[in-house]
Amino acid sequence: MDEILEILEKDCRTSVEDIAKMLKKKPESVKQAIKKYEKEGVILKYKAVINKQLIKETDSEVRALIEVNIIPQKDVGFDRIAERIYSFPEVTSCYLISGTYDLLLIVEGKDLHTVARFVAEKLAPLEHIRGTATHFLLKKYKEDGVILKHREENKRIAISY
Amino acid sequence: MIISKKVQEMQPSGIRAFFDLVLGMKDVISLGVGEPDFVTPWSIREAGIYSLEKGFTSYTSNKGLYKLRLGISRYLKNRYGLNYCPDEEILITVGVSEAVDLALRSLINPGDKILIPVPSYVSYGPVTELAGGVPIYIDTKEDKFRLTPAKLKKYLEKKPKAIILNYPNNPTGVCYTKKELNEINKILLKHNIFCITDEVYSDLSYDFEHTPFATLARAKENTLFLSGFSKSYAMTGWRVGFACGPKEIIAAMTKIHQYTIMCVAITSQMAAYEALITGRKPVEEMKREYKRRRELIVSGLNNLGLDCIKPEGAFYVFPCVKKTGMKSLEFAQMLLKEEKVAVVPGTAFGANYADYIRISYASSYENLKEALSRIDKFLKRKR
Repeated sequence: MDEILEILEKDCRTSVEDIAKMLKKKPESVKQAIKKYEKEGVILKYKAVINKQLIKETDSEVRALIEVNIIPQKDVGFDRIAERIYSFPEVTSCYLISGTYDLLLIVEGKDLHTVARFVAEKLAPLEHIRGTATHFLLKKYKEDGVILKHREENKRIAISY
Repeated sequence: MIISKKVQEMQPSGIRAFFDLVLGMKDVISLGVGEPDFVTPWSIREAGIYSLEKGFTSYTSNKGLYKLRLGISRYLKNRYGLNYCPDEEILITVGVSEAVDLALRSLINPGDKILIPVPSYVSYGPVTELAGGVPIYIDTKEDKFRLTPAKLKKYLEKKPKAIILNYPNNPTGVCYTKKELNEINKILLKHNIFCITDEVYSDLSYDFEHTPFATLARAKENTLFLSGFSKSYAMTGWRVGFACGPKEIIAAMTKIHQYTIMCVAITSQMAAYEALITGRKPVEEMKREYKRRRELIVSGLNNLGLDCIKPEGAFYVFPCVKKTGMKSLEFAQMLLKEEKVAVVPGTAFGANYADYIRISYASSYENLKEALSRIDKFLKRKR
């Protein structure tokens, strides 16, 4: 992977100037490379990773992993039905998987009820869907490579040879 | 006085008080650290935990776990084409520090002279003296901190027994190309000077491939190759190093090691073995990261007018602070007090280096950038 992407994936706030310094490139060429990645859709979005478990507000949300069994359609396989499913805003992730089920969805809702209703009313009745299995998430430990804990203190002594 | 003369005569570190000052302060951005800021990769830590769970809590053979020695032997063979027999030519030590001590005690007769290019890692001189040897320091300042063949030749008349070469270098970051090493090797062989190499930063060479000294023509029998897991795998606290060399020297070192240390902690050896299995992916990742930080810090320091030679390896820069009109200890003390940035005064690495400081870039981008901006403020005030 291009090192520009490696740096941005770790911290998307790293400035063009800093990236240029780190990689010994001209800021202009870094800028162009990033633009190109954005245009090609390699870089889709810049966002913060938020530990929602620490937010005190009451409008918490629940997440569920939903396995979906599908009857594939002629010519388009799973793609068309997948599109129908992932177009729902409640579906935050949608993967085609191997194994007993075909699609794995991550669905978010403000409470258990909302998610259950989404499954029962929106998802399950869809044509070509053979069955679903819903697993509610209880606790998040790690997400997208980030461990959801307070940052730990530096354990090194401040000065050494 | 109950303390031995030898120890009394050891030069106390002139910057001890400064170190104490740093350790007593809070919220310091430290660029004074001689170890990676990564923690040991999890698979390695897990192997250490697992070995404890399984009840591996005993001594190991003096030389170290056979499987670890075998693993090191294979690793050196695969990576560098070096052949060391795990039975007789490899010893597991408590970091490279112990290996340096064992090597010097094994080689030195009273009065033997040991060449030490400076600036150098802090232990070589004092440990040479403890072993009864006489350190002969070769100042490399005028050659951009590189030991040149011409400079080395000037010291031949002193009839040194051995030389300690450390590359990639702490504190300068200097690495040597194969061509440079060949020149040095020829001189050492011709004049029968034994070579102890501290190559603990060997995995952190950014601009060209690291060449172990022992791989040079006819060098292997004349070289003691010291390295370890600390810097490559971010395993400083585990204290695992190794010495590879001619079997009679390894045997001599093992003699001392068996009486003084017995063996390296088994948990650490188990973890080190896992490091060899884990392979180089985490090492390569860390290396890329250090390399980027290097560019950031070098351009930053040069912009601030603190001239430094671009280091080719390790994670240190050794800028000159002469322009500021301050000596290194004063510079370091004031920078610490006024801006809470810790660096190591150059005098720690050689008496002649009062115009230099060592900056470690084993620190996050944010820390490096914040430190640079604080140094900037500091310098502007002093101008």
